[in-house]
Amino acid sequence: MAEQYAIEMLNITKRFPGIVANDNITLQLRKGEIHALLGENGAGKSTLMSVLFGLYQPEEGVIKKDGVEVQIKDPNDANALGIGMVHQHFKLVECFSVLDNIILGVEPTNHGFLQKDIARKKVLALSEKYGLKVEPDAKIEDITVGMQQRTEILKMLYRDNEILIFDEPTAVLTPQEITELMQIMKNLAAEGKSILFISHKLAEIMAVSDRCTVLRKGKCIGTVETAKTNIEELSAMMVGRNVNFHVEKKPMTPGNVVLEIDNMTVASKIHKNNAVKNVSLKVRQGEIVCIAGIDGNGQTEFVHGLAGLDPLVSGKIFLEGKDVSKASIRQKSILGMSHIPEDRHKHGLVLDYTLEDNLVLQTYFTDEFTDKLGFLKRDAIRNYAEKIIEEYDVRSGQGPITIARSMSGGNQQKAIVGREIEKAPELLIAVQPTRGLDVGAIEYIHKQLVAQRDAGKAVLLVSLELDEVLDVSDRILVMYEGEIVGEFDPKKTTQEELGLYMAGAKRMEVKA
Amino acid sequence: MILLIQYTLIFSSVLILVALGGCFSEHSGVINLGLEGIMVMGALGGALAMKYLPIAIPGFFYVLLVLLAAILFGVVYSSLLAVACINYKADQTIVGTALNMLGTAAATVLVKAINTAENVNNVSSEISYIEPKKKFIAYLGEFEFNWFMVITIIALVVAYVVLYKTRFGLRLMACGEHPQAADSVGINVYKMRWAGVLISGAYGGLGGICYILAGVSIWKFEYGVAGFGFLALAVMIFGQWKPHRIALSALLFGFFRALGNTYTVFEFLVNMKLPSTVYNMMPYIISLIVLALTSSHSRAPKAEGIPYDKSQR
Repeated sequence: MAEQYAIEMLNITKRFPGIVANDNITLQLRKGEIHALLGENGAGKSTLMSVLFGLYQPEEGVIKKDGVEVQIKDPNDANALGIGMVHQHFKLVECFSVLDNIILGVEPTNHGFLQKDIARKKVLALSEKYGLKVEPDAKIEDITVGMQQRTEILKMLYRDNEILIFDEPTAVLTPQEITELMQIMKNLAAEGKSILFISHKLAEIMAVSDRCTVLRKGKCIGTVETAKTNIEELSAMMVGRNVNFHVEKKPMTPGNVVLEIDNMTVASKIHKNNAVKNVSLKVRQGEIVCIAGIDGNGQTEFVHGLAGLDPLVSGKIFLEGKDVSKASIRQKSILGMSHIPEDRHKHGLVLDYTLEDNLVLQTYFTDEFTDKLGFLKRDAIRNYAEKIIEEYDVRSGQGPITIARSMSGGNQQKAIVGREIEKAPELLIAVQPTRGLDVGAIEYIHKQLVAQRDAGKAVLLVSLELDEVLDVSDRILVMYEGEIVGEFDPKKTTQEELGLYMAGAKRMEVKA
Repeated sequence: MILLIQYTLIFSSVLILVALGGCFSEHSGVINLGLEGIMVMGALGGALAMKYLPIAIPGFFYVLLVLLAAILFGVVYSSLLAVACINYKADQTIVGTALNMLGTAAATVLVKAINTAENVNNVSSEISYIEPKKKFIAYLGEFEFNWFMVITIIALVVAYVVLYKTRFGLRLMACGEHPQAADSVGINVYKMRWAGVLISGAYGGLGGICYILAGVSIWKFEYGVAGFGFLALAVMIFGQWKPHRIALSALLFGFFRALGNTYTVFEFLVNMKLPSTVYNMMPYIISLIVLALTSSHSRAPKAEGIPYDKSQR
């Protein structure tokens, strides 16, 4: 007799025009297990989960629940079968209370009138049972990301879902919150819930899952027992080759100060307080300084103030000794500031321009690309673009004339990195440069950052990923609620220690 | 003084009704700039009902039928907005503006055609309803009590209860704030938005008939509704999309509108010798000032104005 599975996805094939997103993939989820789904971006994880959740219909293959074949045509069918999902970007109504969000769609009513008392009792009981601490009456916009995630989990439990899908749940959490989430997931599995855990973070998969299915380029590479494997094997399965996790670095040889920030304060666009408060720091030649912190602690505003996207409330910025506090973005760019922006679609590229036009966005007006009459030198632009495409391995459908929007995220990012580095900057600001990229692209971008440092440039990295922070940087500054609350040597600190500072539990005096 | 209170109440009633309409539509995620046109259509429906209904019908049923006609016209007209903006994902601002222009024009053409058909020499766009109007009014001493004041209070309570105490309200507001979230828990966003727009049509139609019954007994449809639909939008924004606050802000605007009709009874205002246009301008100027001062704090439904596309998750 075959083993009883909660959900089986057998020989699923899903094609999109020009690409096979899922090619004959089989995934079997046992009752009460935590099953990780591992793969790079574009490997087909999301497509597979969308098929399970009823968002896409597969061309081939069947889905079985408890051994019985089922049809899942839309998310309502999935809900009816007890399949729930915590999406990577939470689906919560921000101005509603936690309770309202949990009951939305399955509200207990009496003649159409809401019966929140009944709902509240059930939510509190569930929250007690699984250790999911929430404040039912707090509004989503006022609570922490961790509590928002617990709200999402309660949403699934409130619907008595048996199969829980977590789509990259740890991306937004602090190390402490991640530990907490892992415990919650184990509790849920112990209560008989079956969990599908999508991730590309190998350490987490090793820590929490029972089995792991690896996808690569739409194909199923295999399913392994986590206890019988290791990180190296998993990563080789995921990428198809051995990956070097640790960035090779020479000892640093810092030179002169390139960037000096003196008591910079930047206003917030969301609330009335300042998002960045009296931040002072220095970045020298040949070092990578990293600003670490949980998302939303002023990093974005800090970079906007520094790069000139937003005005400063007070404070001064010196680039190579020149006061650029009030300089325009173009002036800063000419003086040697390069910026790999956080949001590559909003601030990095003009998505409907061609790749070559995007590559000269900051330099098109120079003599190199514009003649004396003001016409663009298209040939020079083409040659320059081809050079960057070649050197930075930017892959696209039509080369220089590809529309930026049609390129993959990783290649868009490589194009931006190439553009910013080719400008030969004195200071390179890189904000979450590896966000949403797969392991191979991350490795490449880290190498580029280190190469800049070794060439004697100053690099300021802003990152939310602690692995990256510890691996790449020479000096770590932790930002919490708009202030620098700690300075660390990456060789002498741990994720846990950084986590305490990032969460505001500890702080120290930092002098620039 | 009594006159001022009376006019304040009746004009506030119009503003409350129409602003509540806007409130339902916007909470579902559709900006309804077409309230002006919807009011005209509601007024037309009510006026036609008053023109053709036999006056012998008992007061209560007469009033009810006129209201139903106004609501029907408003709902049908607002369905144009719903089809264009929800199903075909058209730009809500442009469709709303088109509805406004079409509303006054269509009503004028239709009434002129009716009038000319009855009497070749009559090319006016007027409908008079001197007798029917009396059915809407009761006298409490000198105070001219209009049944719309009661209807408005009922409509206000209903709106509050529906929005905050029912399943429908919770789902409606979810669609205006985060339609993807609503969709992911199995709520049909298109259906909820349709409901929001049609309810705004009903409220707007009621507001329209209330407006033309407020002061006069004869209405010239060329005039439209003199920007009351837009004033109602200002009331809605000042009221932060919340029924109880909408009621309060409508009283403020209604007061200034009423002052334009009644300032002559106050000796000190007459002595200031300001032209009457100054008083007529008041509500519009107030709305400019109020919106300029408060709009930075206002929190509109987050997803309003953005057509919902199921495929873009």
